[in-house]
Order: sequence, then C-alpha cells, then structure tokens
Amino acid sequence: MRALGREQALGLLATMWRIRLFEEQVSALHRAAEVPGLVHLSTGQEGVAAAVCSQLRDDDAVYSGHRAHGHAIAKGAPLDRLLAELMGRDSGLCRGLGGSMHVVDVAHGFLGATGVVGGNIPIALGSALAARLRGDDAVAVVFFGDGAVQAGHFNETVNLASLWALPLILVCENNGFAEFTPRSAHTNVERVSDVVAPYDVERATVDGNDVTAVWEAFGGYLASARAGGGPFLLECLTRRLRGHYEGDATKYEPASAENDPIERFRSRFDADEADAVRAEAEAEVERAVRFARESPFPAPGLIAEMVYADA
Amino acid sequence: MAHELPFIAAIDEAIRLEMERDDTVLYFGQNMATTENEPYVDAFGKDRVRVTPISETAEIGMAIGAALAGFRPVVELYMAEFMLVAMDQVINEAPRFRAMSGGQVKVPLVLKAGFGFTAGWAGQHTGTIGALFMGVPGLKVVMPSTAADAKGLMATAIRDDNPVVYLHHYLLTLEHGEVPDGEYVVPFGQAAVRREGGDVTIVATGWTVDRALGAAEQLAAEGIQAEVIDPRTLAPLDTQTILESVDKTGRLVLVDQATRHASVSTVIAGEVAEHGFSSLKAPIVQVTALDATIPYSEPLEAWVMPNEDKIVAAVQQVLGSAPVTA
Repeated sequence: MRALGREQALGLLATMWRIRLFEEQVSALHRAAEVPGLVHLSTGQEGVAAAVCSQLRDDDAVYSGHRAHGHAIAKGAPLDRLLAELMGRDSGLCRGLGGSMHVVDVAHGFLGATGVVGGNIPIALGSALAARLRGDDAVAVVFFGDGAVQAGHFNETVNLASLWALPLILVCENNGFAEFTPRSAHTNVERVSDVVAPYDVERATVDGNDVTAVWEAFGGYLASARAGGGPFLLECLTRRLRGHYEGDATKYEPASAENDPIERFRSRFDADEADAVRAEAEAEVERAVRFARESPFPAPGLIAEMVYADA
Repeated sequence: MAHELPFIAAIDEAIRLEMERDDTVLYFGQNMATTENEPYVDAFGKDRVRVTPISETAEIGMAIGAALAGFRPVVELYMAEFMLVAMDQVINEAPRFRAMSGGQVKVPLVLKAGFGFTAGWAGQHTGTIGALFMGVPGLKVVMPSTAADAKGLMATAIRDDNPVVYLHHYLLTLEHGEVPDGEYVVPFGQAAVRREGGDVTIVATGWTVDRALGAAEQLAAEGIQAEVIDPRTLAPLDTQTILESVDKTGRLVLVDQATRHASVSTVIAGEVAEHGFSSLKAPIVQVTALDATIPYSEPLEAWVMPNEDKIVAAVQQVLGSAPVTA
C-alpha cells in the first residue's frame, strides 16, 4: 500500500482548511442574506472530500449531493467562482443558475451536485459506463449520505455496476443522519457496506474523520478501478458538526474533538506549519469574498438561452 | 425514393441508420439483446446494445451520465408509463442539467416509449401522457403520426443535443406508410398540414390525426372543408402554423387523446386564446379524453376516447350547425 507522503499530507490539510473556512464564510454570508436559499455545510466531513478527491484527475467524474461544497473544492473548483455561484453572480461556476445544491465544474470533472438525495447515483453509473466504452482508465466517483442508501436508485445502480463490473466508486459519508432523522429510525442495517454484500461488491467501512485511513482505503480502490476493476463501496463514518441546513434548529448531540478531522490531522505537523496553511486558506477565502461581491448578477434573459442546447 | 414500412419498422430503420453513421449512439433497455442472434447486437455489439434489468431509474440515469460524456443513448422504455417510475431522472435531472450548470453541459439522449394502447390494456398502459413532459423546460417531446415522420423524427431526436421524449402511439404500430429511403430527418417544431380547408381548423396528434382526417372526409360530404394540422412535436410546438390556419378559418377544434387537463390541446387553446382571439368566430372546442383513468371494459374505453363522430360533432358545433353541448 502507498504511504501518505508529507507534501501530500500538507496538501490534504490545506484542502480541509479551504473547505472549512470557505463554509464558515458561507454561513456568515447566509446569515447576512448575501447567500440566499437553502445551504448545507459539510463542516466536520472535510476529511473524506480531501482524501478522495486529491487522488483523482480532471477526467474522473465526481458527483455529490446537496452537501457538495467540500467535494467541489477538493476536486479543484476555484473558491472565488464557487462563492460567486453561491451569491448568484454571473461569474459563478454555473453563472448563478445553479447555486449551492447544483454546483457543476466541468473543467475539473465535478459533474455536480443534485438537490434530490441520491438522484445522481445512477448518472455516475453512466460516467463509469462511458469510461469503459472509451477504453480509458478514468473512474466515476459519487458521494452520498447514508440517507440515500434506502432509495431504489442506489440499489439499482449497485446492481448494474456490479453486473457490468464498471469503474464506479461509491463513497458513502455515513454521518448517522438522513436529513434530521437518525439512521436507526430508517433501517435495521447499521452499516452501509452491509447493504451491498449480496452483490459481492468490494467494500470497506473506515473512520471518515481519519484522513489517512480514508486516503489509503480509497487509493487502493482507485488503483483497482483504473486497472479494470469495480465497482467499490467505501463507507466513511463521519459526523456533521452543524445542522442539516443553515438555520436548522434541531438539537443534536454535541460532537467531540475526535469527530473533527482537521483537529486530528493537524497534530502531524508543527504548529507553525499548520497555522501557515490555515492563514493561506483564510486569505484565499477573503479574496473570494471580494471577487464574488464585485461580480455582477447575470442578465435576466440568460436563463432563456439555457433551456435548450443548440442542435 | 421511398419504400413501404410499418410504423414501428420505420422507427427501427432510423435507429439503425443513426447507429451506423455515429458510433456514439447507444441503445439499451429491458429485454433487448437477450440472445446471441439479436440483430442489433450482431450489427453493433454488446458494448453499444445493452439489455438492462427492470431498473428505469438506473437506465435513464445511466443514459444521462453517458450523454454527459459525449455519447447519444437511446433508452427503450416500451411503455410511456414506465418512464414515470423514473420521474426524478426524466424531469429533475436530464432536462435541468444544462440550465443549472449555466450551459456547461449538454444531455443528448432519447427516451423512446409507446403510449395510448387503448385496446383493452387498461389504466396503466394506455395513457397519452406526452403533454406532462411538454411542461418541463429543457425536454423536447415528439409524437409522430405517420411512418415517414416516425423515421425522420427519430433521426432528428438522436441528433438533437437535448433530452428528447419520443412517443409512438401503439395503435399505429402496424400501420403501413411510405418511408423515404436512406438518411431522412424531419425538423422539430414544424407542424404538418395534413389536409387543407378554409372552414375550420382541426389540430390533432398521434393516432388522432387519422381520426381527424376521417372526420374531415365525412364533413367534406356535407360541404365543410376542414384543415387538419399535425404538430408532430409537442415541444417545441409550432403555434405559428396553427395561428395562421385559425386566421384563415376562424374556427378551431382541438383533438387529443390525453385527459383534458394534461393535454397539448389545452395548451394550444391557451395560445390561440391569447394570440389569435380576434381571428375566432366561435369558441374553441376540444375533443379530448375524459379526465379519468382509461377503463378496461371496451364500451367504457370507447366512451372516454375521442373518435371520428365526436370530432364531426365538435366541428358542427363551432360552425353553429349543431347545438352547443356542455
């Protein structure tokens, strides 16, 4: 198994800080009504996004759900254009037409978020099929929560991916909650990795707040998928450190520092070094805020041009 | 040059020709390619022709993913109602992707399904549900009524860069017609005037086009000249041709096998009421299915459906030669 090198580890810390500080800024901007609409933050789950996406290429397709900022950032989406998207600006990744739940960044292979839980799991199957048909070694990765697993589209996708041995890596961020409801209220199957057992899909459950563990497990699956294997399921046990959405008044059991992937991972580095990484991310987020605020809103007629692609 | 083909074979010819000219066209669905002798597999191989489980959501979702990657999948769904199993993919994902991504992606795919099998197939295999989809921005909706259009519109659907719902009426399956040889495309958004006339405009879709033409024959015997228009595609909808005809005739009868409140007929009525009101000499009359589930029992099925006599009566009503009924 490959070991996580120092430079790579520093890169993961930087990605996690960029996600954390970006989303803290989004929360503040949402309270200030500069970011409208429904916003879901991934605070506490940054480790999975960083460990998975840092190993992917731009030609690997990545999909995510409604809690997607972290996956987009880890896959390469620039903070300034992502924030401009969240603020509905023309310079946003989707020109302000998608927003938080529909972020797409084709240039970096982030084929996007969906606002319907699990709705794009079968779409990722199509990306995996396309890679096979092209005959290259690209893979498709889809992030989803444990809440998506009880839906039919998940099971249909796992069945077909395993039947056709497609290079699809299913990454479940099991944060124990489906929106507001604990997993125990939805199913008797505690581990998502057990759900796919009858399909004989190669699978593992890891501590999703242990960045190294996720990096190693995913890296192994990725190498196999590139070599013609698949599908795989990686269940990452993690915790949401904030509510389901910004403004969620539900009282959840407080999480401990053990649940914070950044707190756990930063101890690998000198304090000065870790602080420098954080300061750099902070400055990047500040620049993103300035960029987004200065960006104009799109012209209202833009949406009419987007209904159909030119034939 | 042309040759005669049944409606269903004309569709098949278009798919084959498109698969021959473009390697990115894929074809998958349930019960396809189940034997080694399957002709599509023989011609195009098991990579491009795939039999799927009964998993409409995965089939259509997979088509979207493949389309994002540059392929042009055709999904065989058999029955329009089976698309409803995968409403999230058909409505939330495929047609919204382009708009929500700010134009970064396109999703060229064809959802092929039969509809309207009103031959005792009861409540879940008989629906005329095309108009449900014309209300979804980003989807195109095709409804051919002749074998030639069945071929030409399928070719256009496959070449189109958007998700297209291609709906073929099951009662037309074995109807023969002249079909142009070789590559043949019919543009979207261009209605066909199936019969010219100056007294009344009848707009009909799918299987009801022939019913409208039959009614027009009956009416001609009474000295009434009906113009029969077939929109061919519900989205985009050629309202211009309809408005021009209404401008000439001043009277409009709309025929649709769909239930009234989910019909293209009602949409056209709204367009004409807004943009052609001053041309109208009489209120618009619609001949649609009843807002009810299609019943199994034959006399009841016939009762809820449009037919020639109902169309004739509607024309007589707009011409003032028959009493207005509720």
